[in-house]
Amino acid sequence: MISVGLLLLAWELYATYSGIKPTILPAPSRVFEQAMLNREALVDNAIPTIRATLLGFACSLSAAFALSMLVDFFQPLRRALFPVFIVSQTLPLVAIAPLVVLWFGFGLAPKIILVALVTFFPMLVALVEGYEATEAEIGQMLRAMGAGRWRIFMLARLPSALPYFFAGLRISITYAVVGAIFAEYAGAAKGLGIYMLNAKNNFRPDLVLAAVGVSAALTLVLFGSTVLLQRLAMPWERAGKEPVGMGSRR
Amino acid sequence: MSRLELRHVRKAFGGLDVLADISLSVGVGEFVSILGPSGAGKSTLFQLLTGAEHGEGEMLFDGAPLDDHGRHFAFMPQRDALMPWRRILDNTTLGLEVQGIRRKAARARVAPLFAEFGLAGFERHFPAQLSGGMRQRAALLRTVVQERDMLLLDEPFGALDALTRTAMQRWLEQMWRHHRWTALLITHDVREAVFLSDRIYVLSARPARIVREIKVPLPRPRSLGGDAARQASALEAEILDIILNPNPSKGHDHD
Repeated sequence: MISVGLLLLAWELYATYSGIKPTILPAPSRVFEQAMLNREALVDNAIPTIRATLLGFACSLSAAFALSMLVDFFQPLRRALFPVFIVSQTLPLVAIAPLVVLWFGFGLAPKIILVALVTFFPMLVALVEGYEATEAEIGQMLRAMGAGRWRIFMLARLPSALPYFFAGLRISITYAVVGAIFAEYAGAAKGLGIYMLNAKNNFRPDLVLAAVGVSAALTLVLFGSTVLLQRLAMPWERAGKEPVGMGSRR
Repeated sequence: MSRLELRHVRKAFGGLDVLADISLSVGVGEFVSILGPSGAGKSTLFQLLTGAEHGEGEMLFDGAPLDDHGRHFAFMPQRDALMPWRRILDNTTLGLEVQGIRRKAARARVAPLFAEFGLAGFERHFPAQLSGGMRQRAALLRTVVQERDMLLLDEPFGALDALTRTAMQRWLEQMWRHHRWTALLITHDVREAVFLSDRIYVLSARPARIVREIKVPLPRPRSLGGDAARQASALEAEILDIILNPNPSKGHDHD
């Protein structure tokens, strides 16, 4: 927080005293002022971005989860499918975004597809590696208890993957916002991406930066909620950090 | 009569002989140890028993061929293998849940045993909040409540520090005297084997074969002092000698 504050302060001082034009580099105070003046437009454009982010991410999450289970049960699939997904990750967004818009129009669909495209693979890898991280001895013990593969998956592999899942979630959720904005940038009726593009074309860097501020806030809120979700879903993580000795009982 | 009997059991992994020729038996209510150097294939033997691997030779349980699933055994792995995300109570009911017993009934069956295992008051704790010794006791509790015919203990105290290990061995000996479980223990700790067992099978280095069967004539409860302790030390020295100086005229050299 302090580092962000210092950065903003330095920026403010530079923009005010260096004589640089506000149409090149506006001071943070001006950006904030303009953001407040244009807040209706900003909110209006943020809503489609949020919708695209969440819907796209939900799609990619469901697909990643389903496929991760399939890969876990049929290992050969991993070798067959992973190269395809790795290639999908190398596609430059600059090239693919306009194409997807060209194919699927200016509506919600291309945004969802692009968000899913950038977040799917990290989530898939996180889940598959999470299953693999299951302690071998837990699996051996469950087999000795008479548990089948499905039982072992539900009792051991799935919960073992949780830390990996949340690590993947934290990374992907930030990609998701960027993905949505990029898709809008390539063509949309409304959204933070197209808003930034229009503001730039009208020589209003202050409004571009205001939209950047909104998207940063959005990312932070989403990131924060994944952290919160992890705390709720994994209470043992925090409990482990405060071991109780033989004597203390709660 | 013997509960478990193995006759000429062999196992190779891809041309590498791991178990050369294992014949042994465990009687009802008997505590038997398999003692051998690390990497001798001791754990492989348990994999055969629990059905995780298949080998050659005969494996009989109560005189009948052992079925693949190893439903007769409750297995305790080397590390405690407690699930970090389950509270201690739910970790100990795991085997019962896998057997299809409802969670509530399983809990009711396990709960009264917590005091005996020194875990009373820790039912709602997560494994990470417990000391190594307590975790091991929880793992043993999870193993014995399955009420299988026989316990398979795979170096259960190997990961503990020396003091905790000694404390746990004494505790286990005392528990065993009360319950008289039929148990097969794998260990590379000579002291542990002598202290806990009725009989010990000494294993050679890989490919493993049984080089000696040793009866432990010490009275129970096992003590750490007096005549019995001197006898135990003598026995330990004898076993160490067998393991560290394999007699070339008797056994086979596999170096």
